[in-house]
Amino acid sequence: MPADENAPAPGPEAAAQSDAHGATAIGTDDAAGPRKLAATLALADVPRVPGAPKPDPVLVADGVVRRFGGLTAVDVEHVEIQRGVITALIGPNGAGKTTFFNLLTGFDRPDEGSWTFEGSSLARVPAHRVARRGMVRTFQLTKALSRLSVLQNMLLGATGQRGESLLRAVLPTLWRRQEEANTQRAHELLRRFKLDAKASDFAGSLSGGQRKLLEMARALMMEPRMVMLDEPMAGVNPALTQSLLSHVKDLREQGMTVLFVEHDMDMVRDISDWVIVMAQGRVVAEGPPEAVMADPAVIDAYLGGHHDASLADLDETAVEAEVDAEIEKEHR
Amino acid sequence: MDWGSIFSNAAAAAVGLDTVIYALAALGLNIQFGYAGLLNFGQAAFVALGAYGVATMVAIAGLPFGVGVLVGLAAAVVFALLLGLPTLRLRADYLAIATIAAAEVVRLLARSNTLTDYTGGSNGLQGFAEGFYDLSPLSGGSYGFGPWTFSARATWVLLVGWVLVALVALFTWAVMRSPWGRVLKGIREDEDAVRSLGKNVYAYKLQALVLGGVIGALAGFIFALGRASVQPDNYGTAFTFFTYTVLLLGGAARVFGPIVGAAIFWAVLSLTDGVLRGAISAGAIPSALMSTSQVGQVRFMLVGLALMLLMIFRPQGIFGDRKELALDAR
Repeated sequence: MPADENAPAPGPEAAAQSDAHGATAIGTDDAAGPRKLAATLALADVPRVPGAPKPDPVLVADGVVRRFGGLTAVDVEHVEIQRGVITALIGPNGAGKTTFFNLLTGFDRPDEGSWTFEGSSLARVPAHRVARRGMVRTFQLTKALSRLSVLQNMLLGATGQRGESLLRAVLPTLWRRQEEANTQRAHELLRRFKLDAKASDFAGSLSGGQRKLLEMARALMMEPRMVMLDEPMAGVNPALTQSLLSHVKDLREQGMTVLFVEHDMDMVRDISDWVIVMAQGRVVAEGPPEAVMADPAVIDAYLGGHHDASLADLDETAVEAEVDAEIEKEHR
Repeated sequence: MDWGSIFSNAAAAAVGLDTVIYALAALGLNIQFGYAGLLNFGQAAFVALGAYGVATMVAIAGLPFGVGVLVGLAAAVVFALLLGLPTLRLRADYLAIATIAAAEVVRLLARSNTLTDYTGGSNGLQGFAEGFYDLSPLSGGSYGFGPWTFSARATWVLLVGWVLVALVALFTWAVMRSPWGRVLKGIREDEDAVRSLGKNVYAYKLQALVLGGVIGALAGFIFALGRASVQPDNYGTAFTFFTYTVLLLGGAARVFGPIVGAAIFWAVLSLTDGVLRGAISAGAIPSALMSTSQVGQVRFMLVGLALMLLMIFRPQGIFGDRKELALDAR
C-alpha cells in the first residue's frame, strides 16, 4: 500500500466506509486472509497523522488525561480505532500505553476526557460493565487463577450465567443445562488453543506461554467484539510465539477488533494492520507498520534524538573536532 | 492418672458446645476467608451480635425467642454492610484493619456503662434462654452413651447446634460447586482478572461478607443459649483468632475443614488439660514448675506449639491439598 499523503482525501469518511463495507462482505465467514485484505483496504485512505479519523471507528477517545501527582502519564487528544482491524499500540517504556489501556477498560479513572465504544460512552463505567459491553482485556502480568482448574478458569469467562446469582446457585436444576453448554464451548476453545489435555489441571501448573493462551481463550469465552491484549508476548517461550500470533490473527478473521500493546517489533510488523505510537503520554504517530517504523519521529521517540550514534562515539567525534580545530588554529 | 476419664472428656469435648460454636463461626469465616479471600478479623463481633440479639430481645425487651433470632440475624447483616460498603472497594488489608477495630467497638459498646440497661454492661445478661429450652421435646434425665452422655438441656442445644452445622455445611457444599462459588474462588485468586471477565466483584465480596457474618450470628445463638448467658469479654479478639486457628487446622476452603478443625482443637485442649492436671497431681510435674492453676494457660501454649508444627509440616491443614498450596508460590 503506497502512502498517498499529498492527495487530500476527499470526504475520507464516506468513501472509505463504503469501501470497508464492500470488503467485509467479501470476507465474511471465509478462511484466513480476507479480513486482512479488508482491513488494509479500509485503512488505505486514512491520513498518517496522530488522531487520524477512521472510516468505521469502534473506539473513539477524546482528551483523555491521567495525572499521577505532577506527572501527566496519559494525554491523548484524539484517537480512533478501526473496527475489525488489528491495531498495535507501541511506544517506549513509560509512554503511558498500559495506563491508557487501564483507562479505556475502566480499571483506572482519567482526570479528564471521554471515550466511546460502539457509539456509547464508557466514561465512569466500571470495569466489569466495560467487559460485559464486549470489550475484554488481558493483562501484562498474566492473571491465570492458579488454584482453579483450567476448565474452571474458562467457565468463569462465560457471560449471563444464571448460577452466578446466590439465590439460584443452591438449585442446580436452574443452571445445569447452561453450565453444560458453557462447558462444551470451553472444551472447544481449549482444543483450539491446544490446552484440552490440561483442562483438569490447576491453572497454576501451566507454563508462562500456556497461561497467556489460557487468558486469551478465557477472554473469548465472553464472546467479545473487541479484545485488548496487554503485551501478549511478554514472557512467552519462542516455541509458542507463532501459535499465539496465529491466534491473534484469527481473532480478526472472526470479525473481532484487536488492540494490543507490544514491545516486540517483529510481532508488530507481522500482525498489525495499523500502528499507533505513544510517547510521554501522547499519540505521536499513526500509520501502517512499515510507514510508522520508517518515520523519523517514531525512531526519535524510541531511541532519543541521537539514536544513530552511541554516546561514546558522539563524545569522541566532538572531542576530536575540537582538538582538530585547535590544532588548525595554532598552525595558522 | 485416670486415662479413662481424660480420654472420655476429650471425646465429649470433640462434639461439645465449644466445638459447635467454633465450627459454626469457622464455617462462616470459611466462606469469607477460605473461598472469597476476605480477611475478616472481626468474626467475634458477628457472633456477639447474634448472641446479644437473642439476649437483649428476650431478657430486656421481653419479646419471644424467635424475635431475638431474627434481630440477631438482621444485626449481622447490617453490621456486614456497614463494614463492607466502605472497605470492600479498597485493598484486602483495609478490611482486616476495619473488621478488627469494628469488632472491638462492638465488644466495648456491649460492656460500656452507658448501655448497661440494654446489654448488662460487663456482667452481661442472663435468663433469656428458657424460651429456647421450652421448645425442647426432650424430657428425660440424660441422653447418649459412653463418653457422649449429656443432660437433656445439653443434648437439646447440641442437637440444634449440630443440625445447624450440618445445614450450613450442606449449603456451603451446594453453593461452592455452583457458578456463584466459582466466581468467589476466582476473586480469591485475582479479583482484577474476575473483574475483566465482567463480574461485579464488589457485589460478590459483599455477599460473602454478609453470608459469613450471618453464619457467625448462628454461632452466637448457640453460644448464648448453651451457656444461658452472654458476657461481652467472650467476644474479644481471642475468639476470632481461635476461629482462624480452627479453620486453618482443618483446612481453609474445604467444606468439612472448619468442623473437623473445631473438633480437634477442643479435643486436644481437653486432652492437654487432663494430662497436665493428672501429671501434676501424680507428682510427675513438680509443683515448683507448674501448679494446677497454670494449666489453663500452659495448654494454650502447647496448642500454639502444635499449630506451629502443623504450619511447618502440614501447612495445608488436615483436609487441604499440598499441591494446591504450592501453586501459591508461583
